[in-house]
Amino acid sequence: MTVTAPAPSGSLLGARAGGSRQLKNLTAMVLVYLSFGVALVPLIWLLWSVLSKGLHAVTRNGWFTHSQRNLTYRDPGGGAYHAILGTLEQVALCTVIAVPISLLVAVYLVEYGSGWLARTTTFMVDILTGIPSIVAALFIYAVFINTLGDQRAGWLVSLALVMLMIPVIVRTTEEMLKLVPNELREASYALGIPKWKTILRVVVPTALTGILTGIILGIARVAGETAPLLILVGYAPGINGNLFGGFQASLPSMINAETLNLNSGGTYGLVNGKVQLIHNYAVDRVWGAALTLIVIVMALNLIARLIARFSKVEQ
Amino acid sequence: MTRRDGDDEQLAPPPPVQEVIVGSSQPIGVGVPSDAAVSGAGPDLMAGGRKRMGDRVFRGLAAGSGGFIIALIALVAVFLITQAIPSIAKDHVNFFTSRDFSVRTEPLKFGIVDLLWVTVISSVIALLLAVPVSVGIALFITQYAPKALRKPVAYVIDLLAAIPSIIYGVWGIYVLAPHLEGVQRALYHLDFIPLFANKNVTTGSIFNASVVLAVMILPIITAIARDVFARTPNHHVEAAWALGATKWEMIRMAVLPYGRPGLVSGAMLGLGRALGETIAVLLILSKPPVGAPFTSSIFNGGQTFASIIGLNMQEANGKTETGAYIAAGLVLFVLTFVVNAAARAIVNRRKDFV
Repeated sequence: MTVTAPAPSGSLLGARAGGSRQLKNLTAMVLVYLSFGVALVPLIWLLWSVLSKGLHAVTRNGWFTHSQRNLTYRDPGGGAYHAILGTLEQVALCTVIAVPISLLVAVYLVEYGSGWLARTTTFMVDILTGIPSIVAALFIYAVFINTLGDQRAGWLVSLALVMLMIPVIVRTTEEMLKLVPNELREASYALGIPKWKTILRVVVPTALTGILTGIILGIARVAGETAPLLILVGYAPGINGNLFGGFQASLPSMINAETLNLNSGGTYGLVNGKVQLIHNYAVDRVWGAALTLIVIVMALNLIARLIARFSKVEQ
Repeated sequence: MTRRDGDDEQLAPPPPVQEVIVGSSQPIGVGVPSDAAVSGAGPDLMAGGRKRMGDRVFRGLAAGSGGFIIALIALVAVFLITQAIPSIAKDHVNFFTSRDFSVRTEPLKFGIVDLLWVTVISSVIALLLAVPVSVGIALFITQYAPKALRKPVAYVIDLLAAIPSIIYGVWGIYVLAPHLEGVQRALYHLDFIPLFANKNVTTGSIFNASVVLAVMILPIITAIARDVFARTPNHHVEAAWALGATKWEMIRMAVLPYGRPGLVSGAMLGLGRALGETIAVLLILSKPPVGAPFTSSIFNGGQTFASIIGLNMQEANGKTETGAYIAAGLVLFVLTFVVNAAARAIVNRRKDFV
C-alpha cells in the first residue's frame, strides 16, 4: 500500500508546520488573548473607580431624598434627588415623543417601504445614528432659542435626545419586525383582516419583546448624554420639577457642575474652632452621581437583555 | 379598487438589494391571484374596497414618519447653514485658516484650523490605538474563545459602550491621566518626531484624550469586526485548512481578507463617534492660553469642535456669537456626515456580494 497524500502534519504552504510558522502562530494567539485583556483593563478599572469612590456618597443618608441647594463644596450632606428627578423627567418626555415616531418609521421600512422614500429614509436613519449629540443640541438651539425665542429649559434637552433615541429604536424594531414569520401575516390576510390591523394586532405584538428591548436600549443611550445639557439648560442645584421653565439639574450635568469645584479643594479653614484642612465634598458628589448614573444605565441594559430572552421570534 | 402598494413598486423599480430585503418581509401572497403575487401586494387585493380608509391613514402615518426623518436631517443642515452664514460674513479673519476664536465682542475673529487639527489628530490616534485591539478581540470572540465563552465576552465588550461619556471623561482625567504620565514621558524620547514634542502638559494632553476616546470607540469597531469575521464563508476557512495552514495563516488567508471592507467601515463609524465626542474630551483636554503658538505635538492641550461648543455655548448671547459656534458645529456636522456616509457606502456595497 502506497501513501501518496501528504502526511497530516505536512503543508503545501511551507516545508513543514514547524519553526517560524509555528512561532508566528503562537505569537498571533498570544496577541489575540492579550488584546482581550487590554480591553478588560479600562472596563474593570473604571467600574472599580466609580464604585469605590462613589459608594460612600450614595449610601449616605439623604442621597436619594435631598438636593444640593445652598451647599458648597465645603459643606457635607445633600444628595442627588434633584438630578435624578431631572434625568427621569427629561428622558420620559424624550421617550414619549421618540417611541411612536420610531415605531412608525420601522413599520414603514419593513411593511411598506420600497422605492426612493424608503431608501432615503434608511440612509437618513444611518446618518442620524452618527450625528454627534452636540450637533443635535445645536440644531435644537438654532430652532427653538435663536429662531423661536424660547428660553433654555429641560424640554429642549428632551427634543435633542429624541434625535439620538430615534435611530436606536428604529434599528432594533426593524430587525425584530423582519424576524416575524410571513406565515403569520398571510394567515391574518387570509381571514380578511386589513393590512394596518394585521400590523397592529399580529406583527407588532409578535415582535413586542424585541421592540421593548430596543426602547430600553434607547433610554439607556440617552440617559447618560451630556452635550445637550451643556447648551440647552442651565444646572440648578435645587429641585426643579418643571421641564418647561427654569434651570434644571440632571445626573450628567450634576457631575459636570461638581467637577468645576474639584480644583477648589484643599483649602484650610475653621472647623470646630480649629484651623483644619477642609474636605472637598465635591469629590464625593462627582463620584456619587457617576455611580448613580452608571447603575441606572447598566440596569437598563441588563433589563433589555433579560427581556430579549423572552422574545417570541427566533433570532 | 386601488392598489397603492402595487402602484408604487411599478412606478419606482427598487434596486435588487432592496427588493431582496423587502421581499423577504413582505407576504408572498400564496393562494391569491397570480398578478397580485407578482406585484407583491397580494393581501390588499383580497380585502376589496371596504377597508381602504384605515389602510390609507396608517400607511400615510408610517410613510409620513419616514419623510419626517428625511426632513429632520434636511432641517439640521438648513438651520445650521442659515445661522452660520451671517456670523461667517462678519468674520474679520479667514474662517478656514485663522487660529483665532474670539467671538464675544465685535469685531468677530474666528477660524477653525486649530479646532480641525485637534479634532482630527485626537480621533485618528484613538483610531490607531483602537483598531488593532478591536481586531484582536473580534478574532478572540470568533476564532479563539471556547464556544461557551463567546457570548459573555461579547457582552462584556458591549458594556464598554453602555458607560456614559461623562464618566469616561471624569475617569480619564482624574484617574487615568496620572498613570499615563509615565507613558508620555517615555514617548518624549521620540521627540525628533514633531508629534511627540514635550510641551509640558502632563495631564489633559491630546494623547490623554485619544486614549480615552480609543476605549470609547473600541466596542463600536469590535461589534462590526466580530460580525464580519463570523460571516467568513466556511469554504474559505476549509480551503485554508486543507492547505495545511496554521490557525494564524488561516486567519490571514480567509478571515481577514473577507472582513476587510467591514472592518474599514467599522473603523470609520468609530472615527465618526470620536470626532463628535463632546464631554469626555472637554473634561480631559487642558485649554492652552489664548495666543499660544501652534504646535503639532499630541502632548499639548487644545480644543475640538465639540468641546469648544460645549464649553462656550452656554454663556453665548445673541445670534452673532452663537452663530460662530453654530458655524463650528456645521463643520463638525459635515465632517461626521462624510465619514459616516462613506462607512455606510462600504457596508452596503458589501451586501451585494454576500
